[in-house]
Amino acid sequence: MQLDAKIPGGPLAQKWDRHRFELKLVNPANKRKFEIIVVGTGLAGGSASASLAELGYNVKTFCIQDSPRRAHSIAAQGGINAAKNYTNEGDSIWRLFYDTVKGGDFRSREANVYRLAQVSNNIIDQCVAQGVPFARDYGGLLANRSFGGSQVQRTFYARGQTGQQLLLGAYSALMRQVGTGKVKMFPRREMLDVVAINGKARGIVARNLITGEIETHTGDAVVLCTGGYGNVYFLSTNAMASNVTAAFRAYKKGAYFANPCFTQIHPTCIPVHGDYQSKLTLMSESLRNDGRVWVPKNTGDKRRPQRIPEPERDYYLENKYPSFGNLVPRDVASRNAKEQCDMDKGVGETGLAVYLDFEDAIKRDGKEVIEKKYGNLFQMYEKITAENPYETPMMIYPAIHYTMGGLWVDYNLMSTIDGLFVLGEANFSDHGANRLGASALMQGLADGYFVLPYTIGGYLAGTPLEEITTGHSAFKESVTSVNDSVEKLLSINGKRTVDDFHKQLGHIMWDYCGMARNDEGLKKAKGMIQQLRAEFQENVLVPGSKKDFNQSLERAGRVADFLEFGELMIIDALSRQESCGGHFNEAYQTAENEALRDDENFCHVSAWEFTGKDKEPVLNKEELKFDNVELTQRSYK
Amino acid sequence: MTKTINLTLKVWRQKGQKKKGRLETYKAVDISTDMSFLEMIDVINEQLTLEGKEPIAFDHDCREGICGMCGAVVNGRPHGPEKGTTLCQLHMRHFSNNDTIVIEPWRSRAFPVIKDLAVERSALDRMIQAGGFISVNTGGAQDANAIPVSQEAAELAMDAAACIGCGACVAACPNASAMLFLSAKVSQLALFPQGKPEAAKRAISMVREMDMLGFGNCTNETECEAECPKEISITNIARLNREFYKAGFFSAEK
Ligand SMILES: Cc1cc2nc3c(=O)[nH]c(=O)nc-3n(C[C@H](O)[C@H](O)[C@H](O)COP(=O)(O)OP(=O)(O)OC[C@H]3O[C@@H](n4cnc5c(N)ncnc54)[C@H](O)[C@@H]3O)c2cc1C
Ligand code: FES
Repeated sequence: MQLDAKIPGGPLAQKWDRHRFELKLVNPANKRKFEIIVVGTGLAGGSASASLAELGYNVKTFCIQDSPRRAHSIAAQGGINAAKNYTNEGDSIWRLFYDTVKGGDFRSREANVYRLAQVSNNIIDQCVAQGVPFARDYGGLLANRSFGGSQVQRTFYARGQTGQQLLLGAYSALMRQVGTGKVKMFPRREMLDVVAINGKARGIVARNLITGEIETHTGDAVVLCTGGYGNVYFLSTNAMASNVTAAFRAYKKGAYFANPCFTQIHPTCIPVHGDYQSKLTLMSESLRNDGRVWVPKNTGDKRRPQRIPEPERDYYLENKYPSFGNLVPRDVASRNAKEQCDMDKGVGETGLAVYLDFEDAIKRDGKEVIEKKYGNLFQMYEKITAENPYETPMMIYPAIHYTMGGLWVDYNLMSTIDGLFVLGEANFSDHGANRLGASALMQGLADGYFVLPYTIGGYLAGTPLEEITTGHSAFKESVTSVNDSVEKLLSINGKRTVDDFHKQLGHIMWDYCGMARNDEGLKKAKGMIQQLRAEFQENVLVPGSKKDFNQSLERAGRVADFLEFGELMIIDALSRQESCGGHFNEAYQTAENEALRDDENFCHVSAWEFTGKDKEPVLNKEELKFDNVELTQRSYK
Repeated sequence: MTKTINLTLKVWRQKGQKKKGRLETYKAVDISTDMSFLEMIDVINEQLTLEGKEPIAFDHDCREGICGMCGAVVNGRPHGPEKGTTLCQLHMRHFSNNDTIVIEPWRSRAFPVIKDLAVERSALDRMIQAGGFISVNTGGAQDANAIPVSQEAAELAMDAAACIGCGACVAACPNASAMLFLSAKVSQLALFPQGKPEAAKRAISMVREMDMLGFGNCTNETECEAECPKEISITNIARLNREFYKAGFFSAEK
């Protein structure tokens, strides 16, 4: 299929205005005749549900957790970007756009990124109006800080709980609409299939996680805001319920999956400490504003950090990248940490950690200032490790954190299934091969508050939609297939638990499709995943029954999807014979060990098409054109 | 350095809302003190599964103390013995070898048990629906810096806004009152100029909703503040009371 991104014509800066003018409108009285299904209540789904309902649409909103306020977005710590230039440092929409395209290593779509930078300012206005308690200066105006990959301070924050506060803002708007009856909320539901009729998304099948009932819901459009798939690695900074299931089942129904191998490893997480560990904890990278990263100069130096004198410390980021120093983008910081540990300079019990040291910042600004900025992060660190970071340098190591890949969408955020829109981390759209810090919150809210409410109107106004009910054969088929897969999982009755399989899959993915990749390893991993998947089908042990609150069964379904999806990531990584951003193929690097792109052959989005169970997916390419920025080798020296 | 301990767990098992529950005893052996409390339950659940038994149902998601999904009463205390700590952030280093730990769900009329340790907390969402918001539609907001807010007010609002909605305050209160939860939201919004126009209406309708949902009255027992994992202060309750009385006396809202 020829992929058409539907990018509007005209100069970059006018595309969005022009498009909004050209989009067909649904008149206010007609909006109430439409019903829209939104799956997910993170920043993307929460903001979309509330905004659509305010416009007059009827909305049905679904989430896995017991309350929409608990979506994974709640855990974001550091902040949200906007091009306000309140700090008078010369920031602008253009600069935010440029930084994001460059940070993404030139693998994102110019027009989308420009729009994102444009609406970033509206987001901050909206959130303040809702009562989001952003940090403020003494004069009462909003405070800013800088964040990885940027030389201006454009990040807005609410202590170390920015995601929580933004999500509670969107949630309160959503609750207001639930109160008015415009949104019907379905918590503790897991979407297990998209129903397409005559090529258009017309509903979903979901499991009620309390009763186990399989439910069907019709709609005039379906909006997936189901987050990222980092948990394919088992250990990640994502919440436990984060999954690929919704996106993957849409993929199987005809939505293309774009750039699945583009995953982000975050440089500042608390290191792994045991095999019982269930997740990894992020230490916001805002810490790199004041913390200095170092390792001992000599290999195998096992002294306590305080005992290692200045001249015997290697502040490797500051030395190697004098202009960005500790603030280089995430992929660069992560790979450098791995490199140091591979050279046997890693610290801590496992040798898989580097120091992040606040001693100089505390000397310079005083403990109080540091506490005000990072108090809750320091506290969290101490709770987990029993070490006090005011006195002993933190230990950090990279961990899987974010997934740039996701369902392919056009400029309207619509997937290759008509009427199926995808927002937030679940789509692939704005971050290319690497996301800059504080840009995911911006994108989720941009999509939900300021993009979808317009583009979905254009779709609904211009598309004839016949009356349908859940009695339609497409719903019945979908329910049958969902039921069959649930029953299959319960009937295997093997000898290994779901988590046991998930951990093994995670190891394969981290070892062969993690921070650095090579063809040989990827090929090996592909075989290993196929084998593991076959064993899962015969040997997984899922206790309990289907008509019940059964958390093992929930996890089993998600892991079954990860076992198929992991292979798609490997296929994608193998096909992209270059390095870019988070995808680092060891065969392609510059003399300075930076990712070496091949713009001649790989300046495209890889959108994968499902062709059937156990069949190789088909690659469709969306060529990327850069008319406004020059493709350069990224350098943060 | 990593150390391990052995424990006896007494865990509340209840098959469903209408079913009778009881405490079951399990041995937890070789538990690393670096584990979190929930990781310790994971270990028990893996064992139970392999023995062909049903694992313990419990809610959790972020495992970093921010989503508010986890929570259980541990030895009589919501979220366990550590101050200012959610259950997922409680580490086993705070227990000793051979301890017996009793683990029960939140107990409140407004929070029926779904299964084992998982409870139904949608009543908290319903209170927010009754007024825990500022009525602004998307679009049309003025520039964010148009209304300055003093740093002090912003900090106080943030202190209140840190509530994670876990329900520990209700579980801790002898009257099962949700006053701390409710007051945190009313306070946060009342501290901002943009929240003022609806302040009276908000206080009245949220309190009314709380009464209807079957939560008890606040009689200043202060257990909520002591057990709150985010250390939300009861000064928020005083602020709520002020808003509420102001609303009653001076406003047309009834
Ligand atoms: C620890 C951490 C810190 C971060 N810090 C920052 C930061 O400082 N700045 C920044 O910009 N970004 C940050 N990020 C990234 C950012 O938080 C996420 O990318 C973003 O919040 C994703 O939002 P979302 O709305 O797309 O999805 P999510 O918030 O993940 O929401 C997904 C929703 O979908 C629902 N769902 C999923 N599957 C199903 C299904 N099958 N059926 C029904 N419902 C389903 C879930 O219940 C949930 O409601 C951070 C991420 C992490 C992990
Ligand atoms: S699991 Fe999120 S607060 Fe404990």
